[in-house]
Amino acid sequence: MTVTTDSVAAVPSSVSIQDLSLSFGTVKVLESLDLDIKEGEFVVLLGPSGCGKSTLLNCIAGLLDISGGRIFIKGRNVTWEEPKDRGIGMVFQSYALYPQMSVEKNLSFGLRVAGTPKDEIARRIARAAEILQIEPLLDRKPAALSGGQRQRVAIGRALVRDVDVFLFDEPLSNLDAKLRSELRVEIKLLHRRLKNTMIYVTHDQIEAMTLADRIAVMRAGVIQQFDEPQVIYKKPVNRFVAGFLGSPGMNFLDGEIMLRGGQAAFVADAIDVPLTKYDFGPAGAKPGPAVLGIRPEHIAVNAGSDWPFEAAVPVEIVEPMGSDTIVWSKLGRQAVTMRVTAERSPKVGDRIGIGFDPINASLFDTDGNRL
Amino acid sequence: MTAAATFSVRPATSAGAEPRGPKPRRLSIGRFGVYAFLVVSALFFLVPLYIMVVTSLKGMPEIRLGHLFNLPAEVTFQPWVDAWLHACTGRDCNGLSPGFLNSVKITVPSVVISIVCASINGYALSFWPYKGANLLFGLLVFGAFVPYQVVIYPLIIGLSSVGLFATLPGIIIVHTIFGMPILTLLFRNFYAALPVELFKAARVDGAGFWRVFFHIMLPMSVPVTIVAVILQVTGIWNDFLFGVVFAGRSNWPMTVQLNNIVNTTTGVREYNVNMAATILTAAVPLAIYFISGRWFVRGITAGSVKG
Repeated sequence: MTVTTDSVAAVPSSVSIQDLSLSFGTVKVLESLDLDIKEGEFVVLLGPSGCGKSTLLNCIAGLLDISGGRIFIKGRNVTWEEPKDRGIGMVFQSYALYPQMSVEKNLSFGLRVAGTPKDEIARRIARAAEILQIEPLLDRKPAALSGGQRQRVAIGRALVRDVDVFLFDEPLSNLDAKLRSELRVEIKLLHRRLKNTMIYVTHDQIEAMTLADRIAVMRAGVIQQFDEPQVIYKKPVNRFVAGFLGSPGMNFLDGEIMLRGGQAAFVADAIDVPLTKYDFGPAGAKPGPAVLGIRPEHIAVNAGSDWPFEAAVPVEIVEPMGSDTIVWSKLGRQAVTMRVTAERSPKVGDRIGIGFDPINASLFDTDGNRL
Repeated sequence: MTAAATFSVRPATSAGAEPRGPKPRRLSIGRFGVYAFLVVSALFFLVPLYIMVVTSLKGMPEIRLGHLFNLPAEVTFQPWVDAWLHACTGRDCNGLSPGFLNSVKITVPSVVISIVCASINGYALSFWPYKGANLLFGLLVFGAFVPYQVVIYPLIIGLSSVGLFATLPGIIIVHTIFGMPILTLLFRNFYAALPVELFKAARVDGAGFWRVFFHIMLPMSVPVTIVAVILQVTGIWNDFLFGVVFAGRSNWPMTVQLNNIVNTTTGVREYNVNMAATILTAAVPLAIYFISGRWFVRGITAGSVKG
């Protein structure tokens, strides 16, 4: 084992993926991917379907043979280890409960395979059943359970294994909206109680935002940004991340950055936004074509007149969402949406004054990278 | 709500009340034709069975009167007893019973062995992909289309060179081999349709090749196994060609003996005994169908994944 030298890093990482690649034949799904997850961290892998997030999780679990790179769990190189020896528990989207076994047998299967003593099995099942409140269900078959109960049992199956790392593969996607939000909170409470490392795959941005300590946004097998939810939301590194998070999505306005006497400004048809307060990246402000992204809730409607950028726009469509209202309008020739509280929602045909502060905006170059 | 109101108040037509509740079913001419066709074709296929049963219950004098469709005037079960115990095949007059026993001795091991092998094959092919697995599967499927006649002669040479030609193990091997392509296909497709996450969960739980098979997959395989049993029992029981070629005289299955009874050229042709013998031979596959039918309906994976 030559791995110990560099696996014991300065900061103890729970899961560390180094230079991981995976290809099916000639199709490269993941390519030299690195990811470091801290002890006890809740990391969400977020991305559209087909981005490789579930594949990455399967690689961590050892269910897929990787083509290159290394995987460390708790400082141990597990690249060639069997799934059972990696110290992981996994929860699947389709629950994957063994249909012919009772809930109790489902929970104990892994322990029985491992030859755990009977009293130890009973103790662990009792604990898991208590945590997940599934004690009354232990004698039932999976077919006699509701969706939410099934997913609880599936989580319990990972729980009894007493592992370091929990892997969740879209565990809530099969549930209806109400159950989903209930179980989301339960998973969060579970994490707070157990303090295990958890890696959670989802395409649901709300799950990602609410659960994660850090989110890894993936696209086409590449991690675009790996950071805290608020940072990803406020300072997306590129246009893909900016557009993927947030509903309704960020407004993107095409235009140009101009330098006027040392002051940068974003200029387009009927738009002129001073960028003095915008936090440019290391490259600084350069004149040229650019895209300005601003989230709908960062556009103020009929709210005073001390905004760096202001305009009067016509209301084209009004979408009441209950708690607030989405207003569709046009800034010059480009469509913009903004979010207003339900009480202040304008009517179609009104002309409203809007304003925003570029400090809340994101600027992207023509390749979509943050400026 | 004015729009909704105009929709709901619809003037009742002279033909009847406004449409409400279950749609009335009317027997159209087309429907009638379909039912008539179905009844006629059912009768068409039932008539031979009727004649067989009726004839087998008649004595020879009554049969000679030639009233094929009449119910027996005097019911006798003697033809059935004769068919089972005394009917002659050539010089032996032991009836069908030795053939029945031979068929059981051939069918039971062949069915068990072929299904055990095929289920393991199918399981391995769908969950444990290895190099060349697809090629092997392709060859197996191709094997399902090879005409039997082509391989009979090479098989005779092969089996006799290892001393298994015209023996019970020999015929069992032949049936097992020929059942393998279609059964493997059956099991592979069944396992391929199971959620792969079930397999992954078992792997994370630490189960290996055999434990996943015996503890997870096999308990779920009841429906496909029943299909396989039906397929194999009927196929092997009804087999004539392999039986007559590979089983050897002392192991001839029921079908071969039935043929010998029916085609005996000496003496009087005992139609009632022949009919009884035929029904007896067909009874086993028939029973299999009747007994196992209800198992088809059961959904075994219910509850393992979202229903």
